[in-house]
Amino acid sequence: MAATEQAPVGFGRMKRKEDPRFIRGQGNYVDDVKLPGMLHGAVLRSPLAHARITSIDTSAALQHPQVHAVITGKDLEAQGLAWMPTLSADTQAVLATDKVRFQGQEVAFVVADNHYAARDALELIDVDYEPLPVVVDPRTAMNADVPVIRDDKEGQTDNHIFDWEAGDETETNRVFDDADVVVITQEIPFQRVHPCPLETCGAVADYDGVTGKLKLWSTTQAPHAHRTLYAMVAGLPENKIQVIAPDIGGGFGNKVPIYPGYVCAIVASIVSGKPVKWMEDRTENLTSTGFARDYLMQGQIAADRDGKIRALRVDTLADHGAFNATAQPSKYPAGFFHIFTGSYDLEAAFCTVTGVYTNKAPGGVAYRCSFRVTEAAYLVERMVDLLADKLEMDPVELRMKNFIRPEQFPYTTKTGWTYDSGDYPKAMQEALRIAGYDDLRREQAQKRERGELMGIGVSFFTETVGAGPRKDMDIAGLGMADGAELRVHPTGKAVLRISVQTQGQGHETTFAQIVAEELGIPPEDVEVVHGDTDQTPFGLGTYGSRSTPVSGAATAMVARKVRDRARLIAAAALEVSADDLEWEKGRWFVKGDPEKAQTIQELALASHGVLELPEGVEGHLDAVSVYDPPNLTYPYGAYICVLDIDPGTGEIKLRRFISVDDCGVRINPMIVEGQIHGGLAEGVGIALMQQIAFDEQGNCLSGSLMDYLVPSSMECPDWELGETVTPSPHHPIGAKGVGESSNVGSPPAIVNAVVDALEPYGVTHVDMPVTPARVWEAMQKGTTEPPQ
Amino acid sequence: MQITITLNGEPATAEAEPRTLLVHFLRDNLGLTGTHWGCDTSNCGACVVLVDGEPVKSCTMLAAMAEGHEVRTVEGLERDGKLDPVQQGFVEEHGLQCGFCTPAMLLVARELLDRNPDPTREEIKVAISGQICRCTGYTNIINSIRWAAEHGEEVTA
Repeated sequence: MAATEQAPVGFGRMKRKEDPRFIRGQGNYVDDVKLPGMLHGAVLRSPLAHARITSIDTSAALQHPQVHAVITGKDLEAQGLAWMPTLSADTQAVLATDKVRFQGQEVAFVVADNHYAARDALELIDVDYEPLPVVVDPRTAMNADVPVIRDDKEGQTDNHIFDWEAGDETETNRVFDDADVVVITQEIPFQRVHPCPLETCGAVADYDGVTGKLKLWSTTQAPHAHRTLYAMVAGLPENKIQVIAPDIGGGFGNKVPIYPGYVCAIVASIVSGKPVKWMEDRTENLTSTGFARDYLMQGQIAADRDGKIRALRVDTLADHGAFNATAQPSKYPAGFFHIFTGSYDLEAAFCTVTGVYTNKAPGGVAYRCSFRVTEAAYLVERMVDLLADKLEMDPVELRMKNFIRPEQFPYTTKTGWTYDSGDYPKAMQEALRIAGYDDLRREQAQKRERGELMGIGVSFFTETVGAGPRKDMDIAGLGMADGAELRVHPTGKAVLRISVQTQGQGHETTFAQIVAEELGIPPEDVEVVHGDTDQTPFGLGTYGSRSTPVSGAATAMVARKVRDRARLIAAAALEVSADDLEWEKGRWFVKGDPEKAQTIQELALASHGVLELPEGVEGHLDAVSVYDPPNLTYPYGAYICVLDIDPGTGEIKLRRFISVDDCGVRINPMIVEGQIHGGLAEGVGIALMQQIAFDEQGNCLSGSLMDYLVPSSMECPDWELGETVTPSPHHPIGAKGVGESSNVGSPPAIVNAVVDALEPYGVTHVDMPVTPARVWEAMQKGTTEPPQ
Repeated sequence: MQITITLNGEPATAEAEPRTLLVHFLRDNLGLTGTHWGCDTSNCGACVVLVDGEPVKSCTMLAAMAEGHEVRTVEGLERDGKLDPVQQGFVEEHGLQCGFCTPAMLLVARELLDRNPDPTREEIKVAISGQICRCTGYTNIINSIRWAAEHGEEVTA
């Protein structure tokens, strides 16, 4: 549905304020930043996955007429900058000094007149490597005979990073030991994938040697957190660092970490006294920046024979690559994986996660999900389908039987989450209605008789987003609260400054609508400033669907502060008690005498004018707010995927995808639907097409878009959306966050549909990515002969 | 070497190394940054421009090969202060999010509508199948191009 012609004053469908610049090619991305005298950097990367560096000879590169500098790890070591902290309390090499630990690791940085020359000069650097045995398989990473990858770390004697657990092991074992329960065990890998935003990562660093100020344009989803970390690492005073996230060409979690290239650009600018740009290419993006998932899960589900699910157990091996650079709140090394009990009312649950180092790129970023929720949702939704298969129950019926019931909210799970609100059966029913579920099953039965393979996959997910309460959640010691600042000018036009920023989500529109809703002024009158640490209040950034739950709440609260101050000023202007005033969108009026009123615009002028203000009321309407969420929010959804498989080739054709999302109150439904569409398409890529794969030497086999496939228009059906609205009770406007829901919920729906299609072959599980080859293989290995 | 092209209807000349790719020539030498670079391997389509009216991935064409040819970029879509219908369609139907794929998407849409003013959804899918969008999931892009097909005359009038 198209945006309305007339923008709403508040929530509703509205065209985006961002669009006019983008449709004219006037966006300003990092690579569009061009400064006088700017130089260009390029990174020399390791061709080997594990090797000792015996020498680096940069002399030939330095003789290149267009080269200004070549920086190596030794140069950085002298400044104490060879290593940087990661977002997970680990360290990561900026430029390798002792060893390289994954293929594609940063070894040297060339600074030249232009990027062609910089790339030429990379060829002139001579590095001697002494190859070391490579650890690729996380299952053998802890064996005694494998090399210690992180021998740089004092006391590190193996490749172990962490052990973590949640839930009650004893209680869970008790349920599993019950002789009457049906137990299903299944190994469920979630392969390594990459967020692959269309714009790769990069930065322009501009250090002013006179003022000591560093200005950094970078592809970051967390400019404030990055500024603080740069201050801590580089020793630059934080007031002299300005991080700017200009227009960003998609992030999806890939642009949360700090990458060595950013640090090298900063150092190069300080050394050369000139601005330095570094933009990675696609191969660098895919092979060296934050990957996602890579969880090997051993799932177990226990249920009564009538289909009552009683307990869930999972042991997980997490491959974090060579540096633990995953991004999640510090207390949770496995992110929010312990939401793996999903949408079901269980008796017990227990999970363990062991993190290991391997000779692969670092990461484990929250790719369009809230810190491992996607892995968790995939696990539980596959296990439930396996159970349905075993019990010969319809997967919808099994889910319905086990859902947390609406009257149980707020519901505390067996692993400690308190779900805020939900009506799961209602969302499921809505999805069934849109899909025409019963008709689909009838059609499937007819097709099966003809030997045609049609699959219907169901998933139901619950997410935990909007991290998070600062008492529980921080990243690198920085609490996850976010600020908003609202200025109302004398004419009633406003400027909102927010800590989060858009990588395409439309903050300039949505956040203006929040102010509009709260103050009753048109969204066109609200300018949203974001993505510049000098211009905006502190906050942790945009990821984990946290912009609306956290910063959106801060925005509503700051607007309410403005409204409250306006009330006191209205009382003075109207010469009544503030208690006698009533609010309606846009104005305060006297109870019982609605003609006697002051609009926000009039009050803005009065607040700047000569009106005698009540005692204790400062002039102007400006206000600041910091929002510390009391709980996370819990969006959820019911998804149904319909697909057909060619039995001759194993090719999968997605026919329909129905997505019913409940993200609480929708601020701009058009933008919400767009977010859901995008996540669904990414889910198709993950489920059917993508894997960052390695050979046994640690060579990355997925280093270009020829090998790492992203869905095109040909793989995506027209998405069919529905909605239910269950507001979050603790969020000021009842919104829950939606940017990532569909990436979380879609992979299990798609895989469940494939398995459902292959049921005639006795197939109960297929690993992602479900390529035609995997489908064909599953058909051959199936336990039953298909009907002829 | 000196390279001269016709850029959005006007002659444009700049010095560039013979190896300069058209995408870099447009962005770095001629200063039009609406054309984006995304992958190096001609897969993502973010760099598509129209050369003599045909969509071309400008990361795989040397600037020198465009010498004497007509190149149209996103900056040339709006004419005399009037948006091209495809531009308006993308705004109306929320056909863009981060905006990175948008310029090339718009040009491919323009070329499609020039040869097929009333394309089916399937024809649109095929036309944009060389363009990757990571944000929209394509449905709204198809809606946007349909909007342009249905409202083309109103906007350009």
